Amino acid sequence: MGRKLLLEHINVPGINTFDVYRSKGGYASVEKALKMTPEEIVEEVKKSGLRGRGGAGFPTGMKWSFLAKPEGVARYLVCNADESEPGTFKDRYLMTYIPHLLIEGMIVASFALGAKTSYIYVRGEMMPQIRILERAIAEAKAKGFLGKNILGTGYDLELYVQPGGGAYICGEETALLESLEGKRGNPRIKPPFPAIAGLYGCPTVVNNVESIAAVVPIINEGGEEYAKIGIGRSTGTKLISAGGNVKKPGVYEIDLGLPVEEFLYSDEYCGGIANGKRLKAVVAGGSSVPILPANLFMKTINNEPRLMSYESLSDGGFVSGTMMGSGGFIAYDEDQCIVRNTWNFTRFYHHESCGQCSPCREGTGWMEKVLHRLEHGHGRMSDMDLLVDVSKKIEGNTICPLGDAAAWPVASAIRHFRDEFEWHVTHGAEATVRNFGLAHYADPLPKPEVLA
Amino acid sequence: MLRVEDAQVSVEFSPELLNKMADAVTRYPEGKQKSALLPILHYVQAEFGWVSPNAMDQVAAFLKIQPIEVYEVATFYTMYLLKPSGKYVLEVCRTGPCGVVGADKIMDHIEKTLGVAEGEVTTDGLFSWRGVECLAACGFGPVLQIGPEYTFYENLTESSVEKLIGDLRKKKD
Amino acid sequence: MKVTIDGIPVEVEPGTSILNAARQIGGDIVPPAMCYYSKLEGSGGKCRTCLVKVTKGSEKDPRPMPKLVASCRTGVMDGMEVQNITSPEVLEARKGIVEMLLINHPLDCPVCDQAGECHLQDLGFEHGAAKTRYEFDRRTFEKIDIGDKIQLHMTRCILCYRCVFTADQITNTRLHGILNRGDHSEISTYITKAVDNDFSGNVIDVCPVGALTDKTFRFKNRVWFTKPVDAHRDCDKCCGKTTLWYKGEDVIRVTGRKDVYGEVEEFICNTCRFETKKTADWVIEGPRKISHKSVISANHYEFTPLPVVKTNPVLLEANKEQFERDTRL
Repeated sequence: MGRKLLLEHINVPGINTFDVYRSKGGYASVEKALKMTPEEIVEEVKKSGLRGRGGAGFPTGMKWSFLAKPEGVARYLVCNADESEPGTFKDRYLMTYIPHLLIEGMIVASFALGAKTSYIYVRGEMMPQIRILERAIAEAKAKGFLGKNILGTGYDLELYVQPGGGAYICGEETALLESLEGKRGNPRIKPPFPAIAGLYGCPTVVNNVESIAAVVPIINEGGEEYAKIGIGRSTGTKLISAGGNVKKPGVYEIDLGLPVEEFLYSDEYCGGIANGKRLKAVVAGGSSVPILPANLFMKTINNEPRLMSYESLSDGGFVSGTMMGSGGFIAYDEDQCIVRNTWNFTRFYHHESCGQCSPCREGTGWMEKVLHRLEHGHGRMSDMDLLVDVSKKIEGNTICPLGDAAAWPVASAIRHFRDEFEWHVTHGAEATVRNFGLAHYADPLPKPEVLA
Repeated sequence: MLRVEDAQVSVEFSPELLNKMADAVTRYPEGKQKSALLPILHYVQAEFGWVSPNAMDQVAAFLKIQPIEVYEVATFYTMYLLKPSGKYVLEVCRTGPCGVVGADKIMDHIEKTLGVAEGEVTTDGLFSWRGVECLAACGFGPVLQIGPEYTFYENLTESSVEKLIGDLRKKKD
Repeated sequence: MKVTIDGIPVEVEPGTSILNAARQIGGDIVPPAMCYYSKLEGSGGKCRTCLVKVTKGSEKDPRPMPKLVASCRTGVMDGMEVQNITSPEVLEARKGIVEMLLINHPLDCPVCDQAGECHLQDLGFEHGAAKTRYEFDRRTFEKIDIGDKIQLHMTRCILCYRCVFTADQITNTRLHGILNRGDHSEISTYITKAVDNDFSGNVIDVCPVGALTDKTFRFKNRVWFTKPVDAHRDCDKCCGKTTLWYKGEDVIRVTGRKDVYGEVEEFICNTCRFETKKTADWVIEGPRKISHKSVISANHYEFTPLPVVKTNPVLLEANKEQFERDTRL
């Protein structure tokens, strides 16, 4: 069992209040960090090897060191809590139960970046979490950890919570900044990157909730200690949101490098597939990453056991691998229809496309219509090739990564489950009443349980 | 395009709402008051149940921006209701992971229980419902939320949905 | 700074975009641009038709860029090497973009006033496929009048945002904008409002397709039956330099002077555009030069056919089709 760095005290009653959180060693990192120089903090984070937990996996320390520091220009830290990737719900969990951890991380990170005003951009649907955070901020301010002259060090910081309005695209950092400026969430054209010109044209860092929270243990224990956890370039712990047909859905903190078999089947984590069914497919990192059939997910193409790490999950590239993404783990049991699921995801991307650039605006709608036709039993054999071609026309040609995110699930589903798509064409009427079943995708490892 | 008569219904902002709006503006640097637009539209919707064109014009005047800038934003984000809806809007997550655990059945059941199609209002004006995209509670699906507090109801079943609707009906009295 | 596009080197000022560097070279290697408009700040980057491949980032950092980039919004670096029409990848991507732009376009060119000077038409002709693979209902909207002189036919719109930038930057108020999102996005005023100010007519000139058209010219004539003539007048609101479009003795339309990329040289006011349609109002400068490739030039101007090397039978054979097309008129 791995050590919990973020969720250690999650079950302590009243941990969402300042006093209880403080009594469990909370805000120690603020006291420590304010005695360090900002450069030392950035250096610690670099040493930790922490990679952005929002999906792209870009090293956080590096991102911080890119921040431009022109004289006389304000700098901003914005926390990305616009969690809307299907399959991911770790940030909601963290903000609901242990909001002070995020605030503590925000103070340390803001100090390291020299930000005097920081924002937490929370998606509008999470109004309860916004209220929780606002209360926690008021508590921290009353105790002198926010506001003017924090702990007598002369450092001032104001922290605000900004609600979104309901748009997946605002999870993209430049769209988030646009939205924070009170505009439509249209991603900006890069360059310039936010580190040079972000919020209000000032240098800005945008970090995911979990990345900010991870700064707390990094400062408390030192970057080198943090880097000892994990495997290779995947250091530290990661929150995984387990959903779909697992027996025990929920948020789990794992040491990166945990074998996927252990994660999926041990009772400490997911506890296997619900209702004694067998595993058909897995989306390992939120809906945007390629879907994998069970057999390819459990073992890589070279027959090595797959691990929950950035490198191992992407082993095999797009041909036989997937991505860590934001850690939204969705398991599909034998009764799930891949075509239906792909259509569902594509409908999501169609709905969430901002409509700014043409390949994504038009292409997502097109793919959804074709998949809708396939799912409802009047598809054609040529549709699969059409879908792959359209997804290729979108991928890489858009302003922001939403185009790629819309293309990958479709391309990977057809790559790995083509026979199921073809069956939907040849057995159109049958496909509306029963599903294709397991075929050869089944995970070869677990023995099916005998049902009474 | 809206019908012109909808646009002409004028509304009056309460002092509390105006206070909240004034407070929201203080969070941003001088001259960047437009940033308060999203929070303010949430306040307006909580007060009136929807954001009417007249309310948006007043928000624009308050923030010293052009009305079209408010319309552009309000129509972009899905949470803002651009026409009058039921007192309780049941927003059911319909995306992937919730779909896997039966969101479609829940939506069918809500439709049957309320007797209105998606986006329509029940005759007593109490309820409307719609499918929305991922609410980031995938482990606890199917889920629905009800504004303006956006309370979450998780692990829905057909009977729990019926009970929820029954409870909300009773609350009216 | 030196940049090489499709093997052709050019020296440009720092801060120039790849697209503008290509325009300095001119000719076939200029990427098409549907949303970029050099006179409108912040425009570009959206339609993705100008995607190019950067095979060498710069002299300092020669790594190629991982993805195709929008040439209108990517600045050049010293020593940069760019491929446009020499890269099959770029052409393939561009074909895809054109297909995407057209799947929801009504293709009603026979009844569209923009036909003949429509950028989407040119783009479709050059890069599009003869047949569509899209078998679903196309998105449609109702035609609306924004003001008494301008008609908005949203069905034809490709959401380039140019008219929004124009209203923001050229006029003093903006009443129309982009509403909704994704493929439901539309240009609209939300509630019925008349867009009416001295420079509102410029949205017609910047529109690359037939979404915003001049109601005073609506269905009057096909552009290729009209004669463009440069003219000017003393105007207290704008530069007064325009192109008059004649049918017989009548001025049936007034527009800004558009260059070879379809951009006006200077914006003009509504008085010049809509109110002054008598020859007596204007000082005529002479016929407007129109590219011989444009359908507008058909029947109007004499031009020399492309030179053909008559002594080389192989070249002659290869050029035969082109030669016949050019000399048929």
